Amino acid sequence: MKKISPFWIVVVAVIIAGLVFTSTVKNEYYFNAAYVVLQALLMAVAWNVLGGFTGYVNFGSAGFFAVGAYTAIALDKAFGLPLPLLILASGTVCGLIGLALGYLTLRLKGVYFAIATLAMAIVFETLVVNWAYVGGAKGAYILTPDSHLWFDSYIQMLFMVMLLLALAAIAVSRYLNSSRLGRGLAAIRDDEVAAECAGVPTLRLKLISATVMGVMMGVAGAPYPFFVTFVDPVSAFNLFIAVNSIAMPMIGGTAHWIGPVIGALLVGSLQEIITVTVSSELNILFVGLMLVGFITLAPQGIVGLVRKFRGRKP
Amino acid sequence: MASSRLVVEGLEAGYGAVRVLHGVSINVEHGESVVLLGSNGNGKSTLIKCIMGIVPPTAGSIHFERDGERINLAGKSPQEIVGLGISLVPEGRRLFPALSVEENLLLGAYRAAARARLAENLAFVFEVFPALRERRRQLAGSMSGGEQQMVAVARALMTEPRILLIDEPSVGLAPILVIRMIAKIKELKERRNLTVLMAEQNFNQAIKIADRGYIIVHGEIAFEGRSAADLKNNDLVKQYYLGL
Repeated sequence: MKKISPFWIVVVAVIIAGLVFTSTVKNEYYFNAAYVVLQALLMAVAWNVLGGFTGYVNFGSAGFFAVGAYTAIALDKAFGLPLPLLILASGTVCGLIGLALGYLTLRLKGVYFAIATLAMAIVFETLVVNWAYVGGAKGAYILTPDSHLWFDSYIQMLFMVMLLLALAAIAVSRYLNSSRLGRGLAAIRDDEVAAECAGVPTLRLKLISATVMGVMMGVAGAPYPFFVTFVDPVSAFNLFIAVNSIAMPMIGGTAHWIGPVIGALLVGSLQEIITVTVSSELNILFVGLMLVGFITLAPQGIVGLVRKFRGRKP
Repeated sequence: MASSRLVVEGLEAGYGAVRVLHGVSINVEHGESVVLLGSNGNGKSTLIKCIMGIVPPTAGSIHFERDGERINLAGKSPQEIVGLGISLVPEGRRLFPALSVEENLLLGAYRAAARARLAENLAFVFEVFPALRERRRQLAGSMSGGEQQMVAVARALMTEPRILLIDEPSVGLAPILVIRMIAKIKELKERRNLTVLMAEQNFNQAIKIADRGYIIVHGEIAFEGRSAADLKNNDLVKQYYLGL
């Protein structure tokens, strides 16, 4: 019999904990807060596939997220599709955008690639602002469907959906990190020309990486309209989403799949606590300070700190 | 009978407005060790990079003749050229510093053809370089220059090459390590039936393994030596190269 990895035991335990959570806790605030943290976690894991594993910094995460959200809005309005199909559609659309973006821009290096991704987000924002069908600059109201399966409320169901999506993304990211493909991505990050000369198909691997990132971000955006019930371009394309997607993996550690998970849980939870106890405005300042602190004191993030502490070579 | 031959004709190349190679023609016959001699900035590395597909030539041709089949290398990506059986030990080694020695070696066997013989090739390079077996878990970036050069050569061997291009293997190494590395390359060439093209500044070491060679000066072939002795006794070598 094949030995089951502890990872899958944890995954099952988390799902069960999620189900217990939904059936015992009644206060909706906790589901709202958990949803926000899980959404940030999914975005951080997604960003890390291209930014951490492959070394291409994407500043346009908000663009992918918003396109995911607006794909769901448009398809919901046009056909009234159920949520799972909307998630699938948003993932497909954003995966294709990731592929196209990769094809057009992955020959750019470093800061030029980062600027190109930022520009892409602005292009999509302009398109959405001028697309009246999905509300244009005024924004769109979304009615939450009546059905919420066996859950007590719609937010409980959304929380569970986001939990499953985040777990799926973590599983994919973990697989990428430890597979031959992940080793190829790491080679690209270390020295792209040397990787090419060793026979690693660099362009293909970068395209796979960009596509996976796009799919994950699109999937993260799809349930968002039903969560907030009002979406406008300013909130969906918010730079804060892009900043969080970069900051969380950096704080957690980018080279290992667990890095963005730790970073997102830590920063995301602290953000929620600060929003409630101090002020929602101070959130951004807090993320900035943490990022500065980590980059100067622990450039390898929490994962790097743990490795250093244990005295092990990464 | 397996045969590999490399033919470069009238090659011109450069970077932007700077032209580096002016009509370079060389050939490397099956089983030979050919050295490209020349001091810094004369175009040795550019020529190697052109063969490898890293720098696109502006004129001229590069052909790889494999078992009687003539393959034009122009316009092919480095990764395709590796697939054909040409492998590079890059100048300055260019390892993947954040990965372990073993991961560096496995990356050399990324393509399906090389992967099929991964276990044998890995055993072979560990036998040739026992130090790498001991340090297989160590990060490549944390090794000494000599060990890194071993990893670079071993990684190139993992790609199952027929022709091995070696760019400046002596850079940054202590003299004793240069001597050992050159001896290792000679051993590998014989055991794996390789064809070798090596760019090197260290004249005295390079001619130890050279069957013949070219002296490249200001992007042109200044002299073609038909034997190691031919290179050694040439006036041009003394004039341009040894500075005598």
